Order: sequence, then C-alpha cells, then structure tokens
Amino acid sequence: MNSAHDLGGMMGFGPIEHEPADPNFHAEWEERVFALTLAVGATGSWNIDISRHARESLPPAQYLSSSYYRIWLDGLEKLMLDAGLVNEQEIADGKQAIPAKPVKNILTAEKVMPAMMSGSPYDRETQAEQQFAVGDSVSAKNINSKTHTRIPRYVRGKTGEVDKIHGCHVFPDSNSRGLGEDPQWLYRVKFTAREIWGAEHSLKDLIFVDLWEPYLE
Amino acid sequence: MAHDHSHDHDHGGGSALSDIDLRVRALESLLVEKGYVDPEALDVLIDTYETKIGPRNGAAVVAKAWSDPEYKQWLLDDASAAIASLGFTGRQGEHMIVVENTEQTHNLVVCTLCSCYPWPVLGLPPTWYKSPAYRSRAIIEPRKVLSEFGVELGEEVAVSVHDSTAETRYLVLPFRPEGTEGWSEVQLSTLVNRNSMIGTEQATLPRDLS
Repeated sequence: MNSAHDLGGMMGFGPIEHEPADPNFHAEWEERVFALTLAVGATGSWNIDISRHARESLPPAQYLSSSYYRIWLDGLEKLMLDAGLVNEQEIADGKQAIPAKPVKNILTAEKVMPAMMSGSPYDRETQAEQQFAVGDSVSAKNINSKTHTRIPRYVRGKTGEVDKIHGCHVFPDSNSRGLGEDPQWLYRVKFTAREIWGAEHSLKDLIFVDLWEPYLE
Repeated sequence: MAHDHSHDHDHGGGSALSDIDLRVRALESLLVEKGYVDPEALDVLIDTYETKIGPRNGAAVVAKAWSDPEYKQWLLDDASAAIASLGFTGRQGEHMIVVENTEQTHNLVVCTLCSCYPWPVLGLPPTWYKSPAYRSRAIIEPRKVLSEFGVELGEEVAVSVHDSTAETRYLVLPFRPEGTEGWSEVQLSTLVNRNSMIGTEQATLPRDLS
C-alpha cells in the first residue's frame, strides 16, 4: 500500500540525528516491547509480512509522529486483536477476560537462543522457470497495491538491469494476506541514480533493489 | 522523531512511570496471564541483543576477510555460508550478501520501507538507521548523507546504494586501512567500526584507535 512507511526519496525530515552511545533502547518499555513482539511472534499466530503490514497500515500521520518502538507496540496490539489472541477489553484492563487461544508454540527462556540462531529462511524450492537472466533489461511495473508490497514507489516505472538472482523466495504480497507463501523468483536489479531521480543525478551512482518477478516486466 | 520518550514522561502527578510504561506493563502482565509469553524469555531476548549479538561479530567477519583471500572470496560468493562458518547465523541474517568497497565503488545500505538490518553480524540497528531522515535521504542523496557522516568521496568513486527490500541482508566489506600489514585478525577487528559495515563510515585508521 502507498503509505508513510515508503520513505525513499521523500524530503523534509531534516538532518540525521546521531546519538553518541547509540543505545538499543531508550527506556525500559522499549526493551519490553521489542521482546514481547518477538515472543508473541514466536507463537506462530502471524508471519513477518503480516507484522510489517500491521505497522505500515497505521495512519500516516500517526506512523510519522511515533517513535520506532511505539510503532511496534501499536502494531503488536493490532496483530493480537486481529489474530484473536486478546480483545479490546483485555488490552484496556491488562487482565484476562476471555480464554487463551491455543497457539502453535510458546517461546520459553531456553528456546530463545536456538530460535534466534536458526532464524527462518525464506528461500523455497520451485519448479517455476525464471523469466529473467543476469544482464537482462527489466522495468519495475507501475503497481499501486492496496495491500502489503515490497516494491518501493520510487522504483515503479523505472528500467534497470538484472544484477543477481537470489533464488525463489516467499512472496510478501501473498504471504502478508494469509494467502500462502506463493514463492517467486527474487532478483537484485541495478538502476542508475539518473534513471530513478532524473537528469541532475549521476549515471555512475547506482541503486540496487531486490524485486520479485511479479514486480518486473 | 528519533524517539519520543521525552513527552511520555510523567505529567507532574508524582508517578515515576509514564503512561506508556504503564501500558506496556499491563500488556506484558496480560500476555503472561494468558500463557502466551514466558517472562524469563523476554529477559533472555533483551540480554541476547544487548550483550551477545552485536557488531563485534561483523568485525570478526571483516577482519578474517582482510586476512584470508580465500575466505574473502567465499564471503563475496556465498556470504550466508561464509558467515555461518564463524558461528553467526539466524534471525534477520538468513540470506546474507556482502558487498565490497573498492577504489571504484563505495557501498551504502539502507531499508527505505522499514528497518531491515543484518542482526547476527551487527545486532539491532541504531536509531538513526531506522529514522525517516536516513531512510528517505540515503537513497536520493547518498553523497550528502555520507559527507554528514564524515565520508568525502571523489567524483571518480561511484556510490552504490543497496535498498533492503527483501529478506536479503547486506553487509559492507570496508577497505582495509594502510599501515596494518602483519596485524592479526584480532588487531584488525578493532578497526572495523559498526558504521563501516553499513557504509556510512570508513574503517577506523590505526592512528585514530582510542
């Protein structure tokens, strides 16, 4: 969806702020929101694409005026409500009102390190033939999806060259809607800065974007 | 925009906890009560990313690549396997790509759509990496962003910006500083600062080691 998360090339956010110590967290609640998001995510009630969609579908003004972990907190509550893990009353009271929904997994303390170290690979075997080869000229389609997608606005309608083939990966546009993984070939596509941003920009400077086959023509 | 905790502080009513502290505590207590969350697991998660997984991992990868040409080639050809061979695997690093800075090219990594970042080698991203300012600007004016970070590149050097739009995660292999001949991997790793592996800085020079 065309929302506030799709920030590439927007202007007016000012200088990049630096913090001397670069702490991971600025308050205890941020630590807890980080850990709660990973722990509840481990119940298997949604996938990474559904969780990204929950965060980026916050109203644009709210998204842009919220801190990072505030967005995670709002996203987590939305995910849990949508999945039926909790209801509004429970969130308001901080107390259980309806029975817990059975979940696939509970992340216990001893499972944390193995789970973090194994991760979740997103590449998949496929029988599908890849449509493009390294060196092919490709254009990013002009797609304005109303649901989750990973084709940034700045690249739509632009022409580049296939630089590398990553394999066949879970397709976020499908996975985010609970419609299955629908694996698709994933390409690294090389664009010139001039193609993306116009005549004042360099032909030598490059932008590499990872794009799934359905985004390309 | 970087973080908004300042206006969430108490409203003068004497409470030491802000509204958001209370909201998060209530949520945690609810999720523990419903059995979805093990509170000890939360502590282990925080401790893991505060103390165990961070940019020292990436620095070890870079130092090895600087020291061992065969390893470097493996890293450029199959970064996931080469990095896993040093024990760095897992969440947000399942599909690693290493891009090498050369005399012709400087690489810079961004995630314009969210905050994708290679956790197993760099830990959690710094706040600036997640900020709208960096996400919006790195892709359209990378040279200006680099210059604000203190990296001045000549026109002869091309800038390649990598937008992390998929589950691939990018790590920059910075230039090995001159004057480091004969250094051990452990010594070399002290030169590999976190930002040099994102591309917003160069590796630390030996004379600048604190």
